[in-house]
Amino acid sequence: MLENRRLLRVLRRTVLQAVPTILGIIILNFLLLKLAPGDAADVMAGEFGAATEETMAMLRQRFGLDVPVLQQLLAYLSNLAQFSLGQSPRYGVPVSELIGQRLPSTLMLMVMALAIAFGLGIALGTAMALTAGRWPDRVLSLVSLFFYSVPGFWIGLMLIVLFSVKLNWLPSGGQETIGAGLTGLDYALDRLKHMILPATSLALFYVAIYGRLTRAAVLEVSSQDYVRTAAAKGLPPLAITLRHVIRNALLPVTTLAGIHLGGILGGAVVIETVYSWPGLGRLAFESVTRRDFNVLLGVLLLSSFLVIIANTLVDLLHAWLDPRVEVR
Amino acid sequence: MTAKLLDVSSLTIAFPRGTPVADFGFAIGEGETVAVVGESGSGKSLTALAIMRLLPRTARIASGSIGFRGRDLLALPEPDMRKVRGREIAMIFQEPMTSLNPVLTVGKQIAEVLRLHEGLSAEAARKRSIELLDLVRVADPHLRVDDFPHRLSGGMRQRVMIAMAVACRPKLLIADEPTTALDVTIQAQVLDLLDRLRRELGMALMLITHDLGIVGQWADRVVVLYAGRGAEEADAGPLLEDPLHPYTKGLLAASPRLDARLHYTAGALREIPGSIATAQREPGCPFVPRCAMALPSCRISPPPLEEIRPRRLLACPPTAAQEQANASAVGR
Ligand SMILES: Nc1ncnc2c1ncn2[C@@H]1O[C@H](COP(=O)(O)OP(=O)(O)OP(=O)(O)O)[C@@H](O)[C@H]1O
Ligand SMILES: [Mg+2]
Repeated sequence: MLENRRLLRVLRRTVLQAVPTILGIIILNFLLLKLAPGDAADVMAGEFGAATEETMAMLRQRFGLDVPVLQQLLAYLSNLAQFSLGQSPRYGVPVSELIGQRLPSTLMLMVMALAIAFGLGIALGTAMALTAGRWPDRVLSLVSLFFYSVPGFWIGLMLIVLFSVKLNWLPSGGQETIGAGLTGLDYALDRLKHMILPATSLALFYVAIYGRLTRAAVLEVSSQDYVRTAAAKGLPPLAITLRHVIRNALLPVTTLAGIHLGGILGGAVVIETVYSWPGLGRLAFESVTRRDFNVLLGVLLLSSFLVIIANTLVDLLHAWLDPRVEVR
Repeated sequence: MTAKLLDVSSLTIAFPRGTPVADFGFAIGEGETVAVVGESGSGKSLTALAIMRLLPRTARIASGSIGFRGRDLLALPEPDMRKVRGREIAMIFQEPMTSLNPVLTVGKQIAEVLRLHEGLSAEAARKRSIELLDLVRVADPHLRVDDFPHRLSGGMRQRVMIAMAVACRPKLLIADEPTTALDVTIQAQVLDLLDRLRRELGMALMLITHDLGIVGQWADRVVVLYAGRGAEEADAGPLLEDPLHPYTKGLLAASPRLDARLHYTAGALREIPGSIATAQREPGCPFVPRCAMALPSCRISPPPLEEIRPRRLLACPPTAAQEQANASAVGR
C-alpha cells in the first residue's frame, strides 16, 4: 500500500508537469506551421490547374483561413477545448476520424519496435558485459556499432531484399494480406508477420543504443558489493545476474527509453513509407505535402500526447524498479 | 581447543603483480572465535574471500589448502562450493551501506538464502525472515521486513546482513570488519549480537579486524597478519598480556584502549620508516624495514610461524631465541 501511494505520487507529479508542456507544444506547432509558405487552398488550386481569386477566397473562408493568425489559433484552441481536432479541408472529414484510422497501426508498430529494442538490447548488452573483453563481446560490439551507424531506411530495404525477395519468408509491405479473409489466430499471425520487418528496422538503432548502455550498466553493477553478497549466499551465476545485476542495470536504461520514444515516432515516418505501412507517420507526411495543417497539427498533438504518456509509463516503471525514487 | 573446523595452511594468493598473501596458515575450532588482526592492506579480506572462493578474477591461489569439515574447499567443484556458501560458511562485509541490494526489500534478501538452501516456500521463507529479524533485535520486524535498505540505518543494515548470514545456521561465520563503518556504541551492540548468536547457534566466528581493542573482549584466539604472512598466533589473553612479535607490540601500543597497560609510547609505529606496501618486495621478514631489532639474518628468508611453547606461535626467530633463553634461565 505504501508502495502504491508512492507510485501514485509519481504519477500525479508527471501529469501536472504534462499540462503546460502540451499547451506549449500546441501553440508553438501552430505558429510554426503558419510560418510555412502556402496553405491547403493553394495546393488544391494547384491541383485543379487554375482557380480564380474568388474561388480561392471562398475556399479560404470555408476553411477559416481568411482571418488573422491569432484568431485562427484561438478558434483552434476553442475547438480543442471541446475535444475536437477540427476538420480536414482536404478530405472533408473530422481530423480525429482520419487519425483514429491510422493510430492503432502506428501504436502497434511502436510497441513492437520498443519491445524488440528493449528485449534484444538488454540481452545483447548483458551478453557483452558477461563476456567483456573476450571475443563474443568484440563481435557483438561490432554488430551493435553497425546497427548504430547505418540508417533505418537502408536496413529496411536490405531486410526486404533478404527476407522477402530472396528467402520469401516475410511480406515486404502493408499490414495484412489483402483479401485473404483470414480470421482468428491466422489473422493475428498474418498481422504479426507483416509487422516483423518494419518493427525490426525501426528497432535496430535502439537495440544498439540499449545494448551499449546495458553493457556499461551491467559491468558497473557487477562490481557492486551487493553482488558479492549475493554470491556469498551461494546463488548460482544466472540467479545473481537476473535477480541482482540486471534489475539494477535497468535503471539507467529505462531512464533513456522515455527520451527515445519521440525519436522512434519520428523514425516511423520513414519506415512506414518504406513498408507502405498505413500509419500516422505516413499520414503526417501526406498532410505536409498537401498543406493539410489541421491533420498535421492533430498528428503532432497526438504524438506529443503519446510521448508524454510513454514518459509517464517510463517514470512509473522507473519508480517501480527503484524504490529510492521519491517525489522531490 | 576442540576439533578443527577450518584449517587454512600455507595459503598463497597471487595477483599478476605481487602476492599479497603468502604461506599463511591458521585454524579455527568448532564454536571458537578467532580474530584475524592486521593493518589495512595486510590481506585479511583476501584470506576471507579465498575461504569463500570468491576472490577477484585476477587473483589466483598459488598454493595451500583450506580444510573444512574434512574437505579441501579449494578442490571442491563450483556447484558443491555453492552449497557451502551461505549454508555452512556465511560472510558479512565491512560496508553495510553498499552490501545490500537497493532494489529488493530486506525480507526478500533474507528469504532468498532460505529458499535456496532450505527449499522453503515464499510464505515460509517470509515468516522465517521475520523471526530472523527478531533474532538480530530489529524492532518491529514484521514492518521492517518490507522495507528497502535505504530506509535503514547502518547499524540496522548490518543486523540485516547478520540475519541473512545466520539464516541457515552456518558452522562458520566470517565477519570482515563488521563494525568498522559503525559508530562506537553501535559497534559494541553488533559485536554483542554476533557473540550471542555464536553461542546460541553453535557457530565458529572468524572476526576480521584491525582494532586490537575489540580482540580482548570477544576473541578466544588471535592471529596477527603482517603483509600477508602470519606474524604471531596465540590465545587472546596471553597475546594482549605479553605480545612477542615487534609488530604486535607496535599494534598494541597504537591501540588507545590498551596503551595504559604498556610502556610503549603511542605512535611508535609511525616513527618506523616504511609501510606495508614496501614490505612485499623484501626477500626476508616483511617487517624488517620497520623493525627496531632486525638482525642481518632476518633479511635472508621470511621466518615461518613456529610453536615456541604450547598454543603460542611466533614468526620472529630473534624474539623466539630470547624467549628460549629466558625460559631456560627461569628453569635453571
Ligand atoms: N583486485 C586486486 N588486484 C590487485 N591487488 C589486490 C586486489 N585486491 C587486493 N589486492 C592487494 O591485496 C592487498 C590486501 O588486500 P585486502 O583487501 O585483503 O586487505 P585488508 O587486510 O582486508 O585491508 P583493509 O583493512 O583495508 O580491508 C592489498 O594491499 C592490495 O594490494
Ligand atoms: Mg578488508
